[in-house]
Amino acid sequence: MDLQFSATALIQASYLLTAFLFIMGLKRMSSPVTARSGILWAGAGMLVATLATFMYPGMTNYPWIITAVVIGGVFAWITGRRVAMTDMPQMIALYNGMGGGAAAAIAAVELYRGGEVTTSGATLAVVGGIIGAVSFSGSLIAFGKLQGLIRKSLRFGGQQVLNLLILAAALLLGALIATGFNDAAGVVTGLFVLSLLLGLSMTLPIGGADMPVVISLYNALTGLAVAFEGFVLGNAAMIIAGTVVGSAGTLLTQLMAKAMNRSLANVLFSGFGDTGGSATATEVQGSLKPIEAADAGVMMAFAQKVIIVPGYGMAVAQAQHKVWELCQLLIDRGVTVRFAIHPVAGRMPGHMNVLLAEAGVPYDLIADLDEINAEFETADVALIIGANDVVNPVARNDKSSPIYGMPILNADKARNVIVIKRGQGAGFSGIENALFYLDNTRMLYGDGQAAASALIAAVKSV
Amino acid sequence: MTGIVALYIFMLAAFTGYEVIARVPVILHTPLMSGSNFVHGIVLVGAMVALGSAGTTLEQVIGFVGVLLAAGNAVGGYAVTERMLEMFKSSGDKRGGAKGRH
Repeated sequence: MDLQFSATALIQASYLLTAFLFIMGLKRMSSPVTARSGILWAGAGMLVATLATFMYPGMTNYPWIITAVVIGGVFAWITGRRVAMTDMPQMIALYNGMGGGAAAAIAAVELYRGGEVTTSGATLAVVGGIIGAVSFSGSLIAFGKLQGLIRKSLRFGGQQVLNLLILAAALLLGALIATGFNDAAGVVTGLFVLSLLLGLSMTLPIGGADMPVVISLYNALTGLAVAFEGFVLGNAAMIIAGTVVGSAGTLLTQLMAKAMNRSLANVLFSGFGDTGGSATATEVQGSLKPIEAADAGVMMAFAQKVIIVPGYGMAVAQAQHKVWELCQLLIDRGVTVRFAIHPVAGRMPGHMNVLLAEAGVPYDLIADLDEINAEFETADVALIIGANDVVNPVARNDKSSPIYGMPILNADKARNVIVIKRGQGAGFSGIENALFYLDNTRMLYGDGQAAASALIAAVKSV
Repeated sequence: MTGIVALYIFMLAAFTGYEVIARVPVILHTPLMSGSNFVHGIVLVGAMVALGSAGTTLEQVIGFVGVLLAAGNAVGGYAVTERMLEMFKSSGDKRGGAKGRH
């Protein structure tokens, strides 16, 4: 049997297996029961495809390939293992950007070589290259913003027009390449410079709060870029995996935008808070009523049902371990404890679940907004820790409020509300929280971790 | 692979991606985004082929950067996804953090 033919057949079979493992892996990752095995399936698929590719006929530069894999792999493994769970969103952005950059690099190699003689091949390489380069530079900006390296949101008039002009120029150069323009090298360089620039100018104006949606969008775009380059290389594994991620990522982006009560167009084309300082809604009635930890502890110890509403403030104070310790004490006393997670708790949808899971909270105690909202009426205590806007009742009834219409957790319906808060002040969006002034609300002032410790001591001494 | 077959693959894969995660609960949004981020790390095989076929120095340099970035995507995506999912435990899970205190 022809040796080269059998190597090709083996590679094709490996890619088929990889596509199967990827799809099964993603399927398993979409349920909490099987999620842990899902990533193992997908990982096995990646390993199979990578090893098989070393047998690709006619390959050279092996030492360079291995060197690059080792450098990139070791860097990513070390950073990925070390990153704190709170910093997860920007790491996903960084790795995603790297994938986009790789897709763009494939396009660049193919286009500089001028190997794509057919118009359709060159077109696919160009489109994949533009998308990959935009995803690369855009994701790096997203990383920089979430990491706190870029603090300002660059906005100026006519920004959208400028973006459109850059895109049009990139497409024009792409069309020149696809139709076989003579002096291709300079045009190819121009194409990638413009694409990288587009990623920068698209992402710079977007505020940090909207970044998760943007990262998810770039994730889908990288998938598409990979699929397009897969067409160019005739690589079925890349086409299938890239397309699956492209469509799954698009759906995920829409789900996230919906969970955050923002439309995708709104995220991309207008910055949050552009309305300026008009956050002065109806004046809040009542007063803030403080409570001592000892009294709050007794209240919770003798409750039938306690619902805890954690926000990102809890994670910043690193209080999730203490909160879970408190819950375990309450559960041992026979109290029903549940966690209510708002879709935008944490820094991206689902992030709070990861942070709670890190502290050891089982996922079946955690409920999302739709599941839990009816239960607040039967809860004796709602404990708010580090959350603010997501429990603000003005979102339900005050049309003049900037957060009007945002789905909120009905913590105000609980018989008693205890709010752990560092001090008196408005939330992330700068809006006064009417919940804090209700008759059944008590404020427990202090750092999240210290307050949780005090509650633990109080429950223990009952 | 002919053009029309490639288009069929594209269409079917797009439907598959949509269906596979259509019913995903919010609690898994972050890990799933990370997981799909890992899956497009398959760009590594394409980058390897591109570098493996690179002739000029320019192509080699770009190909090298491509492989390096792709390996980062695949390995980093796996590392963070695995770390996140490993923590998802049910209260019925024996290995679960029932008393998992520090």
